[in-house]
Amino acid sequence: MSSFNDIFETCDWKETSDSIYNKTSADVERALAANKRTLEDFKALISPAAAPYLEQMAQISQQLTLKRFGKVIQLYIPLYLSNECNNICTYCGFSYDNKVKRKTLSPMEIMQEVVVLKEMGYDHVLLVTGEANQSVHTDYFKMVLQLIRPHFSQISMEVQPLDQSDYQELRAEGLNTVLVYQETYHEEDYKKHHPKGKKSNFHYRLETPDRLGKAGVHKIGLGVLIGLEDWRTDSFYTALHLSYLEKQYWKSKYSISFPRLRPFSGGLEPKVVMNDRELVQLICAYRLFNEEVELSISTRESMDFRNNIIKLGITAMSAGSKTNPGGYAVEPASLEQFEISDERTTEEIVSMISNQSYEPVWKDWDAVLL
Amino acid sequence: MLKIANKNFESRLFTGTGKFSSAAEMELALLASGSELVTVALKRVDLKTGEDDILSRLKHSHINLLPNTSGVRNAKEAVFAAQMAREALETNWIKLEIHPDPKYLMPDPIETLKATAELAKMGFIVLPYIHADPVLCKRLEEVGTAAVMPLGSPIGSNKGLKTIDFLEIIIDQSTVPVIVDAGIGSPSDAALAMEIGADAVLVNTAIAVSSNPVLMAEAFKMAIIAGRMAFEAKLGAVATDVRAIASSPLTSFLDDL
Repeated sequence: MSSFNDIFETCDWKETSDSIYNKTSADVERALAANKRTLEDFKALISPAAAPYLEQMAQISQQLTLKRFGKVIQLYIPLYLSNECNNICTYCGFSYDNKVKRKTLSPMEIMQEVVVLKEMGYDHVLLVTGEANQSVHTDYFKMVLQLIRPHFSQISMEVQPLDQSDYQELRAEGLNTVLVYQETYHEEDYKKHHPKGKKSNFHYRLETPDRLGKAGVHKIGLGVLIGLEDWRTDSFYTALHLSYLEKQYWKSKYSISFPRLRPFSGGLEPKVVMNDRELVQLICAYRLFNEEVELSISTRESMDFRNNIIKLGITAMSAGSKTNPGGYAVEPASLEQFEISDERTTEEIVSMISNQSYEPVWKDWDAVLL
Repeated sequence: MLKIANKNFESRLFTGTGKFSSAAEMELALLASGSELVTVALKRVDLKTGEDDILSRLKHSHINLLPNTSGVRNAKEAVFAAQMAREALETNWIKLEIHPDPKYLMPDPIETLKATAELAKMGFIVLPYIHADPVLCKRLEEVGTAAVMPLGSPIGSNKGLKTIDFLEIIIDQSTVPVIVDAGIGSPSDAALAMEIGADAVLVNTAIAVSSNPVLMAEAFKMAIIAGRMAFEAKLGAVATDVRAIASSPLTSFLDDL
């Protein structure tokens, strides 16, 4: 059975990286002028050569985003269900070797959290866990979906990669979206960052979006953890992955996130630092490359950055997030996966969006649409 | 006057409710447009609580709601969604949108035909969003569609009437109203649709995303009135190539006969 792996294997990291860094201003100008932009154009737009063209990129990105998505920002909130994890990941607060109190929410605790999320106004929830297959497994997810489905019209999940049949089962229980970030497409470095646990299997993770597509999951989220490796090269692989998936699984929608490595207690220093200008460049490059892909930004980013980015191509954002299981109601003081940066309340985010003449959208799906 | 099913419309401008910067701005723009048929995505409105911000802004006596099924991927889901809409919004009008492809939002003709047949039997007034496919339009008529809504160009693209040759065939053949939906980017596009004889147009993005939606709504309103007047007044023949030709190489033999 074919998968993205077939394409991945034909692509050499070093060659790809060189070709991005060798792009010239002529390549950037050609990309800016193009009607339909190719993967080569994307390379030019994320290259250092595109840095002086940032304002033009932002203006095109804004126009394209308005045309497709309108003056709206979708709102969602993460609900951390568990921090149990059998993986060692060098950059993550939930890593197996990190001495923190482990917790998986019970049905009653989940409902306590849900009450708070509903009070804040949310209708789209993102379920997050670590990877602990003996306690946080498909049956647990099914239980959670059955429990919360009456309260949310859109349910997304960011948990360990599962098999196709698991995704099919969960879809039938109302699962709409699955986010699985590759973290990095640099195979050797991936292994260094994931020395132990099921997550150390690079290829199983790489082929997860294929399994999601085959299972007919409505929306598939891609991304890399920015800071692990050269972000330009990693982002090119993400775009390549996106292009492949769109052709292969044309009934699914796609979204991209750009998590930048955030500090946590005892954590890893980023190998590569991406500055704010570069993040804007990347966001705009994705939009210029793909007019339809959803682009999402989390509370990892600062208040000032988030205030300004909503007009530049972003379509969705989280707000008021807690990254510890039970963080909203059950155990607000427990240890977080990472420190969030934008700590404003949902209310404050909503008024920030409205003040910029954008409409915050809570509901964009319905339980009637299985 | 335009009549669809049992309803008369003064305005030939139908509008959408998405992409506006706020519900308040949407309301002002829709009022300025004079539109009497406004489509609402079921997935965007809260049918449970009945306190929906979009719906509460549409409570004007001249505005009729046209719920749409955006988000469904096949006939079965569409029928289910239409039933939900009928119950919650108390209307048997439905804009059928079946696009299994979330990237370009291309309508599925096979599922649309199936759903139209089923919904029409159930007493719905069905307005299906379709490709500018003349044969599909005739097939939809056969199964009881109330109107057809062929696209001018890809939805949200603002590219205008890329399908004009097919729209002209559809308008020529149709026994039900033809509403050009999707792709209309400017008032001149809308005027052109009316000039070629479309019964109405549906506009959303071009109004909502304009930097002055209220003014743009009014511009569309006027363009559509003008386009319709031009259609009714009958345009003079458009000369394609009537340059005087000095000699008549093809017909001079007639002089010798």
